[in-house]
Amino acid sequence: MKLENEAHFEQDVEELIKEIHTQYGYDFSGYARASVYRRIKRFLSQKHLTSMEALRKELFSDSYFFENFLQEITVNVTEMFRDPSFFLSLRENVLPILSTYPFIKIWDAGCSSGEELFSLAILLKEEGLLDRTKIYATDINQKVLKQAKAGIFSAANMPNYTAGYYAAGGKQEFSSYYSSNYGSVKFDSSLVKNVVIYPHNLATDFSFNEFHLILCRNVLIYFTRELQERVFKLFDESMVGLGYLALGKKETLAMSGISSDYNFVDKNNRIYRKIN
Amino acid sequence: METATKVIVMGGSWGGIQASVTILKALPANYSIPIILVLHRLRNHDGNLQDVFKHKITLKVVEVEDKEMLAPGHVYLAPSNYHVLLEKDHSFSLDDSELENYSRPSIDVTFTSAADVFARNTVGVLLSGASKDGSSGLKHIFEKQGTVIVQDPDEAEIETMPLAAIETIPGCTVMKLDQIQAFLLSLHDR
Repeated sequence: MKLENEAHFEQDVEELIKEIHTQYGYDFSGYARASVYRRIKRFLSQKHLTSMEALRKELFSDSYFFENFLQEITVNVTEMFRDPSFFLSLRENVLPILSTYPFIKIWDAGCSSGEELFSLAILLKEEGLLDRTKIYATDINQKVLKQAKAGIFSAANMPNYTAGYYAAGGKQEFSSYYSSNYGSVKFDSSLVKNVVIYPHNLATDFSFNEFHLILCRNVLIYFTRELQERVFKLFDESMVGLGYLALGKKETLAMSGISSDYNFVDKNNRIYRKIN
Repeated sequence: METATKVIVMGGSWGGIQASVTILKALPANYSIPIILVLHRLRNHDGNLQDVFKHKITLKVVEVEDKEMLAPGHVYLAPSNYHVLLEKDHSFSLDDSELENYSRPSIDVTFTSAADVFARNTVGVLLSGASKDGSSGLKHIFEKQGTVIVQDPDEAEIETMPLAAIETIPGCTVMKLDQIQAFLLSLHDR
């Protein structure tokens, strides 16, 4: 679909970002523009809108429409055991150390619809740590948090997730963790009985606890360097001494101000440990 | 650091690795234009694509890191399972959102983003492949008055991708690999 005023698109986006902040309190000014442009264009095309002005009108007259927009702009694509080698590494290199603590606190930041959260819970259960672990799962988007709470995922993805589970060192029949029903599967709710799920905005909210492990995978790529820096500081403030930080496979602490306080535990899988 | 004034974006799928090696092996280590290479890859598989190139071409082959600046003398490989986007300041942004054309990385995504930033200074090269990815991105480069090159389908290992592009962009230039190579060499500022 062709946009009516392509030449002003980027300028219009900047104005829209300001207006959304004023009207709804969501601050997208620290989001990497290339992906914001792409997602807005995608949204316009889905909604059959041909101008930014038309989008503005809908966004500010209909909060349901805005929720929908928020859902689309903040990427919520996720899967269970994404990068199985990461989960295997967590199992082999991090969980044995965490098991020496009487009580473990984990922050899954940007948990989206919960696929990573359930993967993590399964790992903890198999390593005998689930009962003494509390997981705080947060996301900017409240709608996906509802999905995460329910633990219901499409059955169509299960072959792929099962392969990921075994590649991550899975010890059971994967299907023993869920029950199937009409194209969906529901994961055992005991997996998340020690999980607290609530909205947290990495761009604007503050530290709320101290953690032994923080996972934030493939969230920072959507932010500018400046916002990344804010989030790294936030994580650092939320980290116990010798705590672990897990990023996405292509994300790095290297350019941040806290990099000298962290060592690689697993470079290929971007797992860091706080040393200072 | 020296930043780029032009960019070459190259995409391919089946047969694309061999075709891109053939082109890139003729370029000198100090080649003045950064090259972004998007090849369809197996998902969740790191593979050794970088190693495939390492011993065959003199340019430095690296996988794109998020927020890294585009610099001459480099071939930037799109990583497995991420789309590659460009920012106005010539840095990279990675993206793990939906597949496009059943692919992540998608050629369309990178071509489109490069054209948004470099406009007429974008050179898009689409190589062999059994997919339709790349056509709409190449069209976007064409509309921004960049240079649009498609590998001659007669020579491509799989002609689907070049044919789809030729059909989508009637004004594109069709070249054989040795012609593409010569053209890219002619762009090099010594």
